[in-house]
Amino acid sequence: MAIYRHFDQDLDLLKQKLVFMASLAESMIFKAIKSLIERQDSLIQEVSKDEEKVNLLQIEIDELCLKLLALKQPMASDLRFITSAIKINSELERIGDMAVNITQRSSVLIKQPQLKPYIDIPRMADLAQKMVKDSLDSFIKQDVELARSILKRDDEIDVLKDQIFRELLTFMISDASSIPRALELILVSRHLERIGDHATNIAEDVIYMVQGKDIRHRIEDRGKPT
Amino acid sequence: MEEKTENKAPAPVEIGEKKADHTAAKISVEQLNFYYGNCQALKDISIDIKENHITAFIGPSGCGKSTFLRCLNRMNDLIPGAKSSGRVILDGIDIYGKNIDLSELRRKVGMVFQKSNPFPKSIFENVAYGLKIQGITDQVILDETVERTLKDAALWDEVKDKLNQSAMKLSGGQQQRVCIARALAVKPEVLLMDEPASALDPISTAKIEELILDLKKTYTIIIVTHNMQQAARISDSTGFFFLGELVEFDLTSNIFTNPRNKRTEDYVTGRFG
Repeated sequence: MAIYRHFDQDLDLLKQKLVFMASLAESMIFKAIKSLIERQDSLIQEVSKDEEKVNLLQIEIDELCLKLLALKQPMASDLRFITSAIKINSELERIGDMAVNITQRSSVLIKQPQLKPYIDIPRMADLAQKMVKDSLDSFIKQDVELARSILKRDDEIDVLKDQIFRELLTFMISDASSIPRALELILVSRHLERIGDHATNIAEDVIYMVQGKDIRHRIEDRGKPT
Repeated sequence: MEEKTENKAPAPVEIGEKKADHTAAKISVEQLNFYYGNCQALKDISIDIKENHITAFIGPSGCGKSTFLRCLNRMNDLIPGAKSSGRVILDGIDIYGKNIDLSELRRKVGMVFQKSNPFPKSIFENVAYGLKIQGITDQVILDETVERTLKDAALWDEVKDKLNQSAMKLSGGQQQRVCIARALAVKPEVLLMDEPASALDPISTAKIEELILDLKKTYTIIIVTHNMQQAARISDSTGFFFLGELVEFDLTSNIFTNPRNKRTEDYVTGRFG
């Protein structure tokens, strides 16, 4: 016979906080890239305010997880859920940091003439944002297939980063005055690529949470160390 | 018999663990069924219990875990109307076979109960009781054994100056350790423990748990507990019983982080029980 557990309410609360944090992180990426593309200084301020909220949420979620571990002594899937939540919490906070880093690049770039039309960077940002969204959806729905699809998309984002680097290299070779702006854009692509990595880490945590299977560092292919 | 062993839950093997006898099965249970009259309390239990390991059994009340424990030294024989089938092989010998000396079996497979049950005698007499039953009267042997087993039971320092005092005057935790010393005095090889700390306070429980961890170097320990955290803390392997079936048997770390069976998962997460 199934038993009603008050503990499930605590787990729901934890889930809600993570979803809220993820939506904030996702919108921070959106605003950061928009600030660059539409040259809007006001969005940079908004991202900075959002970061404070994300930081506070990180502390709140960590406290909640520690409290649940100490007081409820969870086992099995409950234990995996909470340990995954701790890790996902930290990944989301880093995603927020990356969005702030993008706005730092943006604040420099919007004060200067645009080096080139932005094509790949918005594509990369869309991809990164979608990866973050899907990673959290896979967490909420415990959807391993969706989580695995994120791992594949990380390769796409890496390809775009390399493409952006090659293109900007041609600008720098042909015109030395473009170097500072090109470097800023390379850093933007680097930050977006890192966001993809964090989303991938979340997806790996989700797979562990649902299946109890650790797939990090391609351990499935290489086998466990003896 | 070949067919029977195929369905058996094998003794779990831990990566990187020591080899030698630590991987050997001390007890092999093969298709054990047990009945209280018409009520079947154990259904087709097959399991290997490893030597010098702590094996814990968990499960809701009435699931058969204590019945199973008592099958391992035939304590259930004393219950009217009880009957069983299958084999329990201890060191290669079926303890339900013919010509089994039950006193010798129970010496080899000792038992500690939920409620400490010291005799209304002195601490010394309690611990020496089993030896005296065996006809040992040599005072030197008795003295040595009492001291050694009280040390093994982590009680010597607390009682060495009052060995002639009644064991009934000790605290609950100390009384339970006297019972453990009494079980150890007859040099058992397997120690069955049925909820050995459930009636004790947290400090006494911690002492008993530490003691159990120390004792596994010398003994094979099988413990039944309602306290899942206790099973998680001290055991190497854990079996989950439900309605007389051994639902899952695996390394303790697997049972409590990633059980394979949905019923185990529901039980350890408190979704039923």
